[in-house]
Amino acid sequence: MRKTSLIALVLFGALLLYASSGLPGHGDPDGPSHREQSRVGSPGAAAHYIRQAKGDAASPNIVTVVLADYRGFDTLGETIVVFTAGLVCSLILRRNP
Amino acid sequence: MTTSSRNPILITASRLLAPFIQLFALYVIFHGHYGPGGGFQGGAMLAASVLLLRLSVGAERSELKFRKSWGTPVGALGALIFAGTGLLTLLLGGRFLEYHYLPLPDLSRAELHSAGILLIEVGVGLAVMAVLVGIYDDIMEGPGGD
Repeated sequence: MRKTSLIALVLFGALLLYASSGLPGHGDPDGPSHREQSRVGSPGAAAHYIRQAKGDAASPNIVTVVLADYRGFDTLGETIVVFTAGLVCSLILRRNP
Repeated sequence: MTTSSRNPILITASRLLAPFIQLFALYVIFHGHYGPGGGFQGGAMLAASVLLLRLSVGAERSELKFRKSWGTPVGALGALIFAGTGLLTLLLGGRFLEYHYLPLPDLSRAELHSAGILLIEVGVGLAVMAVLVGIYDDIMEGPGGD
């Protein structure tokens, strides 16, 4: 049982390594996520953010604008997750929360 | 576990260091528009300053800085500041977290977005700081230790 799972693990790892050789290079301007237009013709998100972030939020830090403005709802979820983690720690660990 | 070691060098050094860590944490939060940083990182640093005092001068005296009972309420306040900003824009006619509907006078659309980002970064910073300190306090107060 242990041997088969080990073999399966190695095979799966090899498959992942093989598949990763087909990915576009890191920061490749022609990579699918950096294109101006996707293959179906919709505008690419990355190019839009880079072009619009300064004008949209008067802030030169594109990362902050994406995190808190374009993807603000996602960050709200992250904050709720952090708060829930603290709440659950309090419920589990305290004698009388 | 008794946390206070009563070592004067340790106590003096950490009491000197903590305010500067807090100042830099505030800088990280409020400078998040222009450089690396933001609510999560700044909140973690604020928590680090409180935990430094918890470890060095002891739990009782470091409660003067941040009480044990504040963990959950302040965390909830941070999350509420974030969600409240979104609800405010929702009530004032925009969509959720559409910052240019915020009721701040004399600001352009882009500057309103900047102000909204600052508001939610403060909320995130408060929540992260309170939760990290709260988890430490919970572990210290846990069923096993005393």
